[in-house]
Amino acid sequence: MSVNTSAAAIPPPLDPEQRRRQARQVRLGRLDLKASPYLYVAPFFVLFAVFGFFPLIYTGWVSMRDWGLIKGDQGFVGFENFAEVLADANFWNAMFNTFGIFIVSTVPQLLLALMLANWLNRKLRFRTALRMGILLPNITSVAAVGIVFGFIFADRYGLANWILQSLSLDPVSWRGSRFASWTAISFMVDWRWTGYNSLIYLAAMQAIPRDLYESASLDGASPARQFWQITVPLIQPTILFTVIISTIGGMQLFTEPLMFNYGAAGSGSGLENFQTIAMYIYSTTFENNFKYGVGSAMSWLLFMLIILFALINFLMVRRSLKGSDK
Amino acid sequence: MTALSTRPPRNSAAAPKPARRRRPGAKLWEASPLTYVALIIAVLLAIFPIAWSFIVASRDNSSVYKIPPPLVPGGEFLDNTQRLLANDQAHFLIGLANSIFVSGVVTVSVVLFSTLAGFAFAKLRFRGANVLLLIIIVTMMIPTQLGYIPLYILMIKLGWLGSLQAVIVPFLVKGFGVFMMRQYASSAVPDELIEAARMDGCSTWRIYWNVVLPTLRPAAAVLGLLTFMETWNEFLWPYLVLDGDTPTIQYSLKILATGNYTTDYVQVFTGTALAIVPLLLVFLAFGRQIIGGIMEGSVKA
Repeated sequence: MSVNTSAAAIPPPLDPEQRRRQARQVRLGRLDLKASPYLYVAPFFVLFAVFGFFPLIYTGWVSMRDWGLIKGDQGFVGFENFAEVLADANFWNAMFNTFGIFIVSTVPQLLLALMLANWLNRKLRFRTALRMGILLPNITSVAAVGIVFGFIFADRYGLANWILQSLSLDPVSWRGSRFASWTAISFMVDWRWTGYNSLIYLAAMQAIPRDLYESASLDGASPARQFWQITVPLIQPTILFTVIISTIGGMQLFTEPLMFNYGAAGSGSGLENFQTIAMYIYSTTFENNFKYGVGSAMSWLLFMLIILFALINFLMVRRSLKGSDK
Repeated sequence: MTALSTRPPRNSAAAPKPARRRRPGAKLWEASPLTYVALIIAVLLAIFPIAWSFIVASRDNSSVYKIPPPLVPGGEFLDNTQRLLANDQAHFLIGLANSIFVSGVVTVSVVLFSTLAGFAFAKLRFRGANVLLLIIIVTMMIPTQLGYIPLYILMIKLGWLGSLQAVIVPFLVKGFGVFMMRQYASSAVPDELIEAARMDGCSTWRIYWNVVLPTLRPAAAVLGLLTFMETWNEFLWPYLVLDGDTPTIQYSLKILATGNYTTDYVQVFTGTALAIVPLLLVFLAFGRQIIGGIMEGSVKA
């Protein structure tokens, strides 16, 4: 680059010591270039291999062994644990509850989040304050808020029943029926996640070019029609993203129902109404009998299920996207 | 994940238009009073359980079941706090200190390793980079809970049950963090800057430390905040592997809520309120950045 090359191009003569040092520097430099990238990504892969990947594979291995805390590892049993799980009525009950709560919580949650995002996507005063207010539940811990909601959904003297009664409705036994307990738990889940999802939708909505709406308005499309025919189709990939995230979270739901059950995973009155699969895995593996093998088998089944659902979601939305392209 | 990148590009040509002429469809973007009412109701619903726990925490035991719920704080807060700290089952202060330590270490580590790896993936050329990045994206999809049983067995074998490294070491790296830093670094750090630093004879580490890290600071801060909050709120794993006398804050709350003294409900509320305070402060100070991070992350992911 430099114009005045005459002076710079001719290096001063080097003595052997200097030359050796320079050569070493070049070698070091080359080594630095070659090795550094691997060195920088290595911590992730080493730690993940030990604490992420290995446990996942190990779960599969443990699931085929008769293994408990007290009796120890009693050896390979093939798919016996899986057979035991599939024949277990409590497992299917927990499965049913998990799905029920997932549907009851996710559908209203995402619809509400869409509405909130649509409102937030306008010219607003106090924009940051409103966004922060809506996100606030997401930063609190499930354990802390679960305790508070436990009081809100107490059968006697609970706030929820007080509101129902002041609307001259009958008080509800919140842990006494499937639907009541599902509703209460869904309320906790939605309270925490609706704001988060609405911000994600908002981000996607802001990326939609506004002239699309302008031309739709010129054609006389109502705001509601614009929302369903422009906004929703265009943010569909984001909706897919939130559905997948909600599925992964919903299938593993644990702390909310645990706190709703006053901190117990395996016992309590009315537990059969809302014991989730994660609670059942927990109580099988870490309470009662400490059956590691059976618990691992359930974990694997749950894992398969989550992957299956993510895949179905993905294919469904992709197909509908293709359909709308035509 | 890749499907999300198909979002339409922002159309900048639409922006400059005469302000006088009312744009067709402009009404859609104006917030009616009804919009404000709806949003304010949503915010109130969001705030209520938290505000309620703070109000109850400052009153005496009768206020837990007071109906309608009390809306003003009382003067019992210090008294309740004293009882909470004197509770020899919950170990609240130990839990608080442990959580600060654990969340701090995990946050520093996640930010350090994520920026390092993100820098490598975004700006350094090496064999296998694409495959390795793909692996990281796949790891983001794996729910961590699934590995808890073998991880628990591993903790037994390592003899880590009941000690803090059990809740720190497995969480020192995060696929999401690497991915986020990689995305940010590829757009925020100009290649010329790195080339220039190389010309000046900087080693790769010097480039990372003096050039890349300062540029990544805003995104790294968001990653740090999110990681800190997530670790602070972690419940299941600490509850599994720690003992009741060296809990994290969430575990301590669980003991408080289900312990032997469950008639003192105000004490439980005081605990929940105090456990939320640190995060609330973080949120008030950096809320804008956290929101920005969540929204950016979702578009880029």
